[in-house]
Amino acid sequence: MYTYNDFDEAFVLERVAQFRGQVERRIDGSLTEDEFKPLRLMNGLYLQLHAYMLRVAIPYGTLNSGQMRQLAFIADKWDKGYGHFTTRQNIQYNWPKLNDVPDMLEALADVGMHAIQTSGNTIRNVTADHFAGAAADEIADPRPIAELLRQWSTDHPEFQFLPRKFKIAVTGSPNDRAVTKAHDIGLRMVRNDAGEAGFEVVVGGGLGRTPMIGKVIRDFLPQEDLLAYCEAIVSVYNLLGRRDNKYKARIKITVHENGLETIREKVEARFAQIRDGFTGFDQQLLAQIEQHFAEPSYKSAKTDGYEAARLANPAFRSWTDTNLTAHKNDDYAIVSISIKKHGHTPGDASSDQMRAIADIAETFGHNEIRISHEQNVILPHVHKADLNLVYQALRKADLATANIGLVSDIIACPGMDYCALATARSIPIAQEIATRFEELKMEHEVGPLKIKISGCINACGHHHVGHIGILGLDRAGVENYQITLGGDGSEDATIGERAGPGFSADEIVPAIERLIKGYVAIRQDDEETFLQAYRRLGPAPFKDILYPEKAEKNAA
Amino acid sequence: MSVIVTDTGFAADDWKCGFRAVEGSPANDCPEGIDLASDTDPATLVGLTNAAMIRVDFPSFADGRGFTLATRLRQLGYKGRLRAKGHVIADQYAMARRSGFDEVEIDDDLAARQPEDQWLRRSNWQGHNYQARLRG
Repeated sequence: MYTYNDFDEAFVLERVAQFRGQVERRIDGSLTEDEFKPLRLMNGLYLQLHAYMLRVAIPYGTLNSGQMRQLAFIADKWDKGYGHFTTRQNIQYNWPKLNDVPDMLEALADVGMHAIQTSGNTIRNVTADHFAGAAADEIADPRPIAELLRQWSTDHPEFQFLPRKFKIAVTGSPNDRAVTKAHDIGLRMVRNDAGEAGFEVVVGGGLGRTPMIGKVIRDFLPQEDLLAYCEAIVSVYNLLGRRDNKYKARIKITVHENGLETIREKVEARFAQIRDGFTGFDQQLLAQIEQHFAEPSYKSAKTDGYEAARLANPAFRSWTDTNLTAHKNDDYAIVSISIKKHGHTPGDASSDQMRAIADIAETFGHNEIRISHEQNVILPHVHKADLNLVYQALRKADLATANIGLVSDIIACPGMDYCALATARSIPIAQEIATRFEELKMEHEVGPLKIKISGCINACGHHHVGHIGILGLDRAGVENYQITLGGDGSEDATIGERAGPGFSADEIVPAIERLIKGYVAIRQDDEETFLQAYRRLGPAPFKDILYPEKAEKNAA
Repeated sequence: MSVIVTDTGFAADDWKCGFRAVEGSPANDCPEGIDLASDTDPATLVGLTNAAMIRVDFPSFADGRGFTLATRLRQLGYKGRLRAKGHVIADQYAMARRSGFDEVEIDDDLAARQPEDQWLRRSNWQGHNYQARLRG
């Protein structure tokens, strides 16, 4: 894992001091509210519906036990004893006081963390595959690249006042778990025919009110050109991106309006100018960074006990069926800890739970923790012999929900319970769906299904790429929920299609129940997932299930 | 009146030759500075590398295009004096300097609201600079 060197440490401390000064200068009038706003945003501080919210970066989703304990300490000392894990590998504190924020940032700096550029019209926290460094299907670990990008984008003088926010994601696996095609820049680590490392570069993806799948701007970019090429893209966007309308300001619109060819020409021309400015020293730094991400020293032990425990305990077996992923070391497993207990707020963890996770990771997980964009916590390296003990410890902390990838593993944005932009509630809908399917005891029968809920068209809940997406809107003061079908955030990224008229808050959960039961009735066999069935059958039968009255009328 | 901010603090403007728009015709007796709007087409910059002074306008501090224009000018080999003018706040001083500006021109109101010490606090712009570090 990356640990700060003297430069990084001095940087974050200087940044905290600057922000402390900015808060004081806002209060004494040196900074107007308009001027203070982007300064607080680029330090992670939002003004929400009821209070400030501090969004802390968990760079590429990786942290250690000490850092997790510090997050718990911050939650207890300056917030209400919990934090909320987000879809961009951040943690949000919902109730900080403005005057406390510099101290919170200093407490983060103490453990090599920060809230820099988690908001504002800047290059945001770089995200990566949450199974990086552990997944069996990985070509290369994306985290050193993500760390290099973090350093490059941090406080970049040219890019602190972009037309709009800018998100970069990187994956080192052909199975894209980082939704790279829905990012402003998506990087897929590949090798060319000569075996050299590089990237397929995708540009102009994004969700929000105009969802778009990113387009390939470069099939193969040599690794050493990464920073210069990214700088060229953002530099072209900084001048060309629209500043007259914030809803048309993202690079996806710039690419759409100017055409990919024009953007590519401008980027390549800019790249030619920028490239010589990089002397190759960044590649030396990258080599140093890579050393931080060496594999853990795997232990060797018998795994017989694991199989025996699975046979002996059906609850443990069920948890291992859903919450484990193949590790590149056969004796190990990747553990997903569900932060989606039925009826609870997706992504919310108490400080006690954070400490429990930290302890478990320290004892059984080589001290490594990950946060996934699906709002769950990952222990990337657990020996199979320890899984039963990990499970028991998670049960004690109320963290053993066996629902990863199932109906109740729902991504939901904070919605109208917290967010100033929201037009409808998201969290209660997620809670009701999860609770309902828990009552029905059918989520294991239903199988893999991604439901994603956004409380407004800005789509923080990624509803466009949910197999079932739910979008909460305001229709003349009444919440109305639209359903989209067939979305997919994987390497086959697809934007879901709107099913039809929306449902009221009372109707949406029964509609989802009808939809899922209807799918189970028409699927080919138990193996055919919701998404596969949708792709095979098309939207018509699913619409008939959702709108039975209309279907009857058509049949009559 | 306006105030010129450099690493040593506030000073009066010592540029005597005035400014003209990029498309205007040059005066003969004095090398006028060139005024650039923030929405200047970057293709224009190539022809300006021999200018003695270029002044880039910041109509709003939230308009970051000037930082890219400055960076581009320097990358094209522009060696003359480069000034950011308008709504640039003290917190952006380091960004301006790192992007290649030599100085910032602000009006008296802003200079009164954000006095010299607030700008001098950012005169350490060469420190803690990730981009310079990555470029070696």
